[in-house]
Amino acid sequence: MEFAELIKTPRVDGVVLRRPFLPTVEGTLCLTGHHLILSSRQDNTEELWLLHANIDAIEKRFVGSLGTIIVKCKDLRVIQLDIPGMEECLNIASSIEVLSTLDSVSLMYPLFYRPMFQVIEDGWKSFLPEDAFKDLESMTEEWRLSDVNKDYSVCSSYPPLVAVPKDVDDDTLRKAAAFRHGGRFPVLSYYHKKNGMVMMRSGQPLTGTNGRRCKEDEKLINATLRAGKRGYIIDTRTVSVAQQAKARGGGFESEANYPQWRRIHKAIERSSILQESLIKLVEACNDQSHSMDRWLSKLEASNWQTHVKEILTSACLAAQCIDREGASVLVHGTEGTDSTLQVTSLAQIILDPACRTIQGFQALVEREWLQAGHPFQQRCSQSAYSNSKPRCEAPVFLLFLDCVWQILRQFPCSFQFSQHFLVLLFEHTYASQFGTFMGNSASERSKLNLSQKTVSLWSWVNRPQEVERLSNPLYEANCLVIWPSVAPQSLLLWEGVFLRWKRSSRCLDEAYDEMVHIIQYNKELQNKVNNLRRQLAQLETEEPLLQTP
Amino acid sequence: MEHIRLPKVEKVRLIDKISSRRASVGTLYLTATHTIFVENESEIRTETWVLHSLVCSVEKQATTTTGSPLLVHCKNYQALRFIIPQERDCHDVHVSLLRLSRPERYEELYCFSFHANSDKEVRGQAWDFLSLKAEYSRMGVPNHLWILSPVNRDYKVCTDTYPAELYVPKSATHPVIVGSSKFRSRGRFPTLSYYCKENHAAICRSSQPLSGFSARCLEDEQMLEAIVRSNPRSDFMYVVDTRPKLNAIANRAAGKGYENEDNYSNIKFQFIGIENIHVMRNSLQKMLEVSEAWSPSMSEFLEGLESSGWLKHIKAVLDAGIFIAKAVAEDGVSVLVHCSDGWDRTAQVCSVASVLLDPYYRTLKGLMVLIERDWVSFGHKFSHRYNHLDGDPKEVSPVIDQFLECVWQLSEQFPCAFEYNERFLITIHNHIYSCQYGNFIGNNQKERTELRHQEKTHSLWTYLWENRTDHINPLYRPDHSQTQGVLRPVTAPYCFK
Repeated sequence: MEFAELIKTPRVDGVVLRRPFLPTVEGTLCLTGHHLILSSRQDNTEELWLLHANIDAIEKRFVGSLGTIIVKCKDLRVIQLDIPGMEECLNIASSIEVLSTLDSVSLMYPLFYRPMFQVIEDGWKSFLPEDAFKDLESMTEEWRLSDVNKDYSVCSSYPPLVAVPKDVDDDTLRKAAAFRHGGRFPVLSYYHKKNGMVMMRSGQPLTGTNGRRCKEDEKLINATLRAGKRGYIIDTRTVSVAQQAKARGGGFESEANYPQWRRIHKAIERSSILQESLIKLVEACNDQSHSMDRWLSKLEASNWQTHVKEILTSACLAAQCIDREGASVLVHGTEGTDSTLQVTSLAQIILDPACRTIQGFQALVEREWLQAGHPFQQRCSQSAYSNSKPRCEAPVFLLFLDCVWQILRQFPCSFQFSQHFLVLLFEHTYASQFGTFMGNSASERSKLNLSQKTVSLWSWVNRPQEVERLSNPLYEANCLVIWPSVAPQSLLLWEGVFLRWKRSSRCLDEAYDEMVHIIQYNKELQNKVNNLRRQLAQLETEEPLLQTP
Repeated sequence: MEHIRLPKVEKVRLIDKISSRRASVGTLYLTATHTIFVENESEIRTETWVLHSLVCSVEKQATTTTGSPLLVHCKNYQALRFIIPQERDCHDVHVSLLRLSRPERYEELYCFSFHANSDKEVRGQAWDFLSLKAEYSRMGVPNHLWILSPVNRDYKVCTDTYPAELYVPKSATHPVIVGSSKFRSRGRFPTLSYYCKENHAAICRSSQPLSGFSARCLEDEQMLEAIVRSNPRSDFMYVVDTRPKLNAIANRAAGKGYENEDNYSNIKFQFIGIENIHVMRNSLQKMLEVSEAWSPSMSEFLEGLESSGWLKHIKAVLDAGIFIAKAVAEDGVSVLVHCSDGWDRTAQVCSVASVLLDPYYRTLKGLMVLIERDWVSFGHKFSHRYNHLDGDPKEVSPVIDQFLECVWQLSEQFPCAFEYNERFLITIHNHIYSCQYGNFIGNNQKERTELRHQEKTHSLWTYLWENRTDHINPLYRPDHSQTQGVLRPVTAPYCFK
């Protein structure tokens, strides 16, 4: 299929563009295979380059022959295009509709994108499991890297290499995999250097209604416990949801078969509920006419903040078990690809200072989300405005980012990156020129040969100028575990995403610049002081020489 | 001292919600002014001082096996739970604290026994640190339009709740002022609060007119006419009644009410709809309950926040301030603001408008002067509202708390525009309740003068000024674009925190 067939009217003159906080622009609208472009063809006005993939929904209106298309983007921005001529408007609208909902992976933009910047370090090679394992090896000898999944046959959503207890052979892994949802047998997620405790993750055990058990599975997870120690299993579902899962062949670990483990149930919602919550929240944020009462009740009804609180609470619990109780932890929900990853990755943010650096956070996203098989393509194909019925869409990763933002806000000096980095990741999960978030698992990405055919987001992010843009000027390495408050009054609405296009951030940006300026100035003064001290020391050593005649 | 039944209790446990959930064991001392808890265990022997005038309520709870809990709530919203081993001791502490935290006479207030290290002369100079005369002259009055009126010099002719020095339009004669004063609740006739040098627009304030259903007063009408005329560039003025319309109508039955547009030439009348002190008191109560709840869910919290109505009220005050600031700055129109007595909502709205209009009030000294002018001098009833003495609980209401919160909300939206930081606002808030300084004792200037507060107590403003490095916002720059001119905040509900 050629893109040209889908574009009925490739260009229209005299189109007026209105968008938040920027002056209205009149110019020529062009449609290409991947972009909607509006240019006034004058030097100093900003052009609009919008990826079709970023378009979530459009609305059209007509007044006489003047048509208006309202474009609602996945990054929650809403822009308006006034197009003279009814036919042109209809053509443009229908082309956008088709182009923004293309399902075929082979037509996706990252496969066509050529970088306009020099790739210093290939992001596809930045975070290989082998490298991560080398770090682990330096800390402990109790784990090994297994290639049991090298052809993705044991678990289609796992990467080819996973870390497992040294004493457990691949055969046991295969059998345990057959007992876990989606073949997701328990693997290492995090090793806590301080006390040698670990966090593992998996899919739910397939106990079914008749309480099936699997000796190999029990052996596998018991192998992670020290003698006489007990571990915790954090099931991200409520007891009743976990009970119901039995009827569909799923279930949870019974006390009888896992006597060394204590099971704790949390209440993180399923993905369809999260999507609904996002839609309601964005709707509430977009209605400016609300009274205070109505706004608060809509915010409450969206339940978004409740999800944030629940996810953070679960992550704190996991971190607490490891750091305070000195116990190992296994986390799972149903599939082990959504709420499980929210909990394991946030717990690492809390526990591990390395995850709070720019590189470390990328490594975390790579390890705990991309390699761990979070189905990004399914989850992020629609956002809050889409009219079509959601299938697998859910803001699972966005909620994770929101939680990170909450911790970042509570510990403003402990993160090397600023919220810009989180917003950037949010944008690129929904629409991107980079191949990083394409596909749903390592196996899909390798089949598409993305590492050869596309550019990695990390290649872009890790250039010095971008690193500087994403850096947090207040950062001072903090090697401690950080415990966020999860009290409702401590959790705020993430303005940087949800009110980004609603209220101008000018004053806040100015304050930010002022802060950067002060820190810069402080550094300069510090340098000056150091120089003067050095000079003084020098003079003091020279002085006796001068005095001698 | 006669109120202290038990000066010292050993082995008391303190549970402080903020610092840690674990109890610390220590000794509790009762002094004339403070309750002091000294921790036994730790080497640093952490001390917790609670000023008695800050204590809002003391509640003795049912005795358990571990002891008798005593819950102390403070006016700065701190909550402490002491667990006292012997019930009898707890009872004694309870009774002592109840009495100590509710002084009956002004002389018992802490400011009369608080002696900072400074001699008499220094103290006297300290009270001269802020001068309202200088503030009015900074605004450009007296001038050819506004003059200093001697009418209230002895607090006699008009009202004992106004200050001695008042600024009025030059064209308002003595009989007009006196006449207008007789037609206003408690004699609080229209007088100048803020004057805009650039365009001559002014913010005036008063209490409600005693209009009832049909009463008129020629002098009052002339008074308003004089205000209109003292703004040469505008031929009308706004009269803003900050009450909800229904409340104002209800007041008519009591012979009070609001201005009839037909009787006054050249006024535009406007209701704003800020609720009264009783609604605000209940709202705060509800909000405190919500924030003190033991691990509420997100929904419970948001529902509680909504039903408390607190943010709605803050928004209403801010919106009213914006309306007035806009009238003055953009339209160049003078405004007369009143509510019922003109000392609560009127003070809030006038001072919020001033902060929006004039960068000066966003500096440390400016905010002090503003509070001194719009609140202290114009007879905001500090002792009643903030429960300084054992009195009528129905008089208590967080009026200035709301003003300080409005300023805080603004500083969140304009982080570079304010010279002072959050701590400055909190410190002021704390001392409005603490009575450690004499600035806020009594209910008006006359009472304070009679108490001889300048001789006997210290001034908060000098203390704050001497410690100003603690209260400076590092992001503030006098030449920053945010710092200049009128602030135009967004008051969409989601902008409030």
